[in-house]
Amino acid sequence: MKNIHVSTTVNGDEVEFVCPPNETLLDALRDRVGLKGAKEGCGTGDCGACTVEMNGEIVCSCLILGAEAQDAEIKTVEGMSTGDALHALQQSFIDNAALQCGICTPGILVAAKTLLERNPDPSETEIRYWLAGNLCRCTGYDKIIKAVQVAAADMRGA
Amino acid sequence: MNFPAKTKTDFKVVGTRVARPDGVDKVTGRALYGADFSVPGMLTGRVLRSPHAHARIKAIDISAAEALAGVKAVITSDDFDVPEDDFLRDVQDNCIARGKALYHGHAVAAVAAKDAETARAALKLIKVDYEVLPHVTDVDAAMAADAPVVQEGRADESVPEGCGPNVTNFHEFGHGDLEAGFTKADLILERSFKTEATHQGYIEPHACLATMADGRGDLWCCTQGQFFVRELCAGIMGMEASQLRVTASEIGGGFGGKTTVFIEPLALALSRKSNRPVKIVMTRDEVFRATGPTVSSSTDVKIGMTKDGRITAGDAQLRYQGGAFPCQTVSFGAQAAFAAYDLEAVRTQGWNALANRPKEAAYRAPGAPVAIYAVESVVDELCQELGLDPMEVRLKNAARDGTKASYGPTFDQIGLVATLEAAQAHPHYTAPLGENQGRGISCGFWFNFGGNTCVSLNLNNDGTVGITEGNPDIGGSRASISMMAAEELGIPYDKVRTVITDTNSLGHNDVTDGSRVTFAVGLATIEAARAAIQVMCRRVAKIWGIDEEAVYWEDGYAKPSGPNAGNFDPMSIAEIAAIASETGGPIAGHHEVNAEGAGVSFGVHLADVEVDPETGATKVVRYTVFQDAGKAVHPDYVEGQMQGGSVQGIGWALNEEYIYGEDGKLQNDGFLDYRVPVASDLPMIDTVILEIPNPGHPYGVRGVGETSIVPPLAALSNAVSRAAGIRLHELPMSPPKILKAMMSKG
Repeated sequence: MKNIHVSTTVNGDEVEFVCPPNETLLDALRDRVGLKGAKEGCGTGDCGACTVEMNGEIVCSCLILGAEAQDAEIKTVEGMSTGDALHALQQSFIDNAALQCGICTPGILVAAKTLLERNPDPSETEIRYWLAGNLCRCTGYDKIIKAVQVAAADMRGA
Repeated sequence: MNFPAKTKTDFKVVGTRVARPDGVDKVTGRALYGADFSVPGMLTGRVLRSPHAHARIKAIDISAAEALAGVKAVITSDDFDVPEDDFLRDVQDNCIARGKALYHGHAVAAVAAKDAETARAALKLIKVDYEVLPHVTDVDAAMAADAPVVQEGRADESVPEGCGPNVTNFHEFGHGDLEAGFTKADLILERSFKTEATHQGYIEPHACLATMADGRGDLWCCTQGQFFVRELCAGIMGMEASQLRVTASEIGGGFGGKTTVFIEPLALALSRKSNRPVKIVMTRDEVFRATGPTVSSSTDVKIGMTKDGRITAGDAQLRYQGGAFPCQTVSFGAQAAFAAYDLEAVRTQGWNALANRPKEAAYRAPGAPVAIYAVESVVDELCQELGLDPMEVRLKNAARDGTKASYGPTFDQIGLVATLEAAQAHPHYTAPLGENQGRGISCGFWFNFGGNTCVSLNLNNDGTVGITEGNPDIGGSRASISMMAAEELGIPYDKVRTVITDTNSLGHNDVTDGSRVTFAVGLATIEAARAAIQVMCRRVAKIWGIDEEAVYWEDGYAKPSGPNAGNFDPMSIAEIAAIASETGGPIAGHHEVNAEGAGVSFGVHLADVEVDPETGATKVVRYTVFQDAGKAVHPDYVEGQMQGGSVQGIGWALNEEYIYGEDGKLQNDGFLDYRVPVASDLPMIDTVILEIPNPGHPYGVRGVGETSIVPPLAALSNAVSRAAGIRLHELPMSPPKILKAMMSKG
């Protein structure tokens, strides 16, 4: 199997890597690009721990091939903060204790960010359904939902 | 251990909601979990697993796999010596089958190759000659006299005559005259229950990276206890513990399931054989098939009650299957079953049995949820039959300070009555319910644990403090430990940094389990801080030229104790640290303890559900948890434990289960078919923390992590019985089962 050369943009940086045609975007990001923030929890798109943004949509990077990243715009949790300034969601997750073990946190943050970009004032139900693809086994989701609500209010300047 | 002084109740740092020290790493993706670490020259390890539930391994041919280009090592059980110790041998045999594959997914061989693709290809080249044997997966079938024998000769001396061949141990607890107790009852109910196994469902699959050469090893892994991993792996590898260093990564959830080893000895053996570092990461289906879910159970409960709600006698028989190796889990269930009640006559009997299923591992209060589900369901049904208020009945019978517990000891200071009263007074208990809705309550109990703990506290030259502890932080414990050190020393929380160290840097620490860390590591931290304070006071006494006893510590300063001691300006911890080298050298405090006095924990849950009469689906519409934390060191993380455990219990009650086919194969080994609760399934989980101090801890702390998974099973069952007018006696209460029961009721 011949490897494939991929040129893409990750968190605003132009990136090139070479990967086998059957390698997932998740593995390419982790093992070729060196960004370990996205995690593999299931490998079947059921847990959301590997969530990244690709061309403005959230995807399970375990279900996308690395080769599909050609000319794409990828955003991961590593791209959320600017310098030492955390994104409002990241800060809110810390302030509201919205993580325990933290393994699901990168995927949830990426998913929540895309929600707030589309809808700056989501209802609790909207947040719950938007995040229904991201499993968290520690928190019972309560504090996660609250953290998203608080971040949304912050971002609206409320 | 009882401290002479009354437990502390006035706090400056403890009880506040400070930011956790690992927060930034975890929200930026920088934190390193099990699968995130790599080293130069690393190989990929993968495991071949049994496609059969029960099969004799007649031969394994690994020659073709070994010959494949890029394959650096292939191992089978032949690459391990057989440990003399029964327990170690079981752990090893669970990691890689010897002679027989005992369950679907049991490892039979492993390979290390240059990459995952080569490793996968190599697995296909391994030829295993199996003789398929009859299997058993159901708990009652496994206990039958004519059941297929999972392992020969594993019954211990506790097993009574006449038990089936798979029963491995028997336990009995209780006191009083059962017969006399039942005679006093106005109503006696006898009910049987079944529960299916559930998995801890941590989002991070097991992962490890091993290097082994010249008899020395280094192991990086996601675990709840690096010291226990070292003990198990060193034993299995036949090496001195000192020659194996184990470092715990950040851990992506465990809930008890990461308290033992599955792939770690395989990675070490592959590394030994290939002379290269080897990393193994489990896939999700491997996690389901070959790590430890909880037990499945079958229970009979008989309870007698007077018409005014007094329980006169309680009797329970519990049968647990915990997979293909002996376990003791039913002992915890049998002890916990009636722990919430003050009973004159009580008996519990428990049998553990083998089955062709993965060996159970601890899961949050192991054994207790299913036992208490059965008891709390019968108590509730008695209340319904007798027309009694279920909260009043629980209050009337509740265990309290001085109660002789159903499992033997006498309770010290416990918070059950206060917890029940808080639930009764809460607006949730009297809130109106809608159509097809019902409210259920249940008590929960867990023992909690202390155990071996070792903490080192070092004063830095600038007056800040470094703490070294040995327990992986699974839910925010680093924050709690830093808080207790700051509290005791009288310095700000952000002047303390707590790190979790490898096995070479501290004495043995027990596993992060039993809700022990905030209690035991906290206790050792407070004592280590007190030891450092003593050193600091001694140094200051020397500087001031006065007696050591004439110096006392307050709010981060050494002060002269009254006018007789002399007139000296207080010295801050930073000032003391700055001149430490002139007063005798570095300043540290240590504490080593096998902590006792963990203090039991009680919780009460209120659940409102709505059952859809068309589909049988149950929706949780309101949920409130009341739990005694002793002292909530970091209330956010106490609430988090209460909420997280509740939701796991809700999943167990409504949907989660291991499903086996007739062929003995697990049919739902992924998150699509083993569906844990998602955000849209749930309401907010309200929490009420009670603080009845535990006299066994200087700050009154008791464990909080496990109790919260105990009540939801019965709370939901009791709520469903009121919402739908039917009571199921098995879990999970999935929509088809509820619908069937509703339809047969008409």
